[in-house]
Amino acid sequence: MAYSDKVLDHYENPRNVGTLDKNDPHVGTGMVGAPACGDVMKLQIKVNDSGIIEDAKFKTYGCGSAIASSSLVTEWLKGKTLDQAAEIKNSAIAEELALPPVKIHCSVLAEDAIKAAVADLKSKQPA
Amino acid sequence: MELLQRNYFELMGLPTQFEIDLTLLDQHYRTLQSEVHPDRFVTASANERLQSMQVATQANEAYQTLKNTTARARYLLQLNGVETLEESNTAMPADFLMLQMEWREAIDDASAAKDVSALDALLIEIKQMAKVLSQDLSGQFAEKAYTQASESVRKLSFIDKISADINRAIEQLEN
Repeated sequence: MAYSDKVLDHYENPRNVGTLDKNDPHVGTGMVGAPACGDVMKLQIKVNDSGIIEDAKFKTYGCGSAIASSSLVTEWLKGKTLDQAAEIKNSAIAEELALPPVKIHCSVLAEDAIKAAVADLKSKQPA
Repeated sequence: MELLQRNYFELMGLPTQFEIDLTLLDQHYRTLQSEVHPDRFVTASANERLQSMQVATQANEAYQTLKNTTARARYLLQLNGVETLEESNTAMPADFLMLQMEWREAIDDASAAKDVSALDALLIEIKQMAKVLSQDLSGQFAEKAYTQASESVRKLSFIDKISADINRAIEQLEN
């Protein structure tokens, strides 16, 4: 399958690969997996005291599209509030990376990972 | 032909349940295939030929589905109106996903170190987990705990994929 230039760019030079301290109260961790293709994605976000995401890291095992989707969202997440982060839609990811229909589920995985990370972070913060 | 109305288990002369006798499945499949073999329908009417071909095709699908643990469980859930959502349900227990990630890292490390015995050991560990999940499914179907069974199928789906990837990595090292 032919990958778009943007997918190849993120695949060959993934941004923000790494791990944040999951026990840090300012860090939210989202782990999701796609049974159909076996892909696993871990996405972590770190917020500052004003609730703005100042760092995002990912670790993904999967195809080029899954890696590119997670790499792209780590770039998008920085500077956003949690509510803005939760609004990121898989369709926007798929469009930016020009994913073919069979790879749309990779962008769904990234959207679900963001939601899981945001939910984890919110569960850590006093209501 | 009424055979076409039956589910895969019935077509193969087996009870519609998760635990099946794989030897019986083999026997019944071979019997059915010989009964509907095209050679027996050379002089039959066009309609009969078509029907025998349809049954032969369905018998193939039934056999492939039932002999594989994951596919059999998925099919049995569908018969009970439960979809396994392997394309859309991405929420898995965190410890299970962590384990997947550790296994993926171990495959990468072993492949880089050209360590076939490490890959073999990993495959044994993963097969053990598949066995446990299969036992889980047996209990879940017995209790009609279909939501849990659905999650077990999604887990097995991961296991099948990673097993195939390890086998491929071993082949590459051995060539």
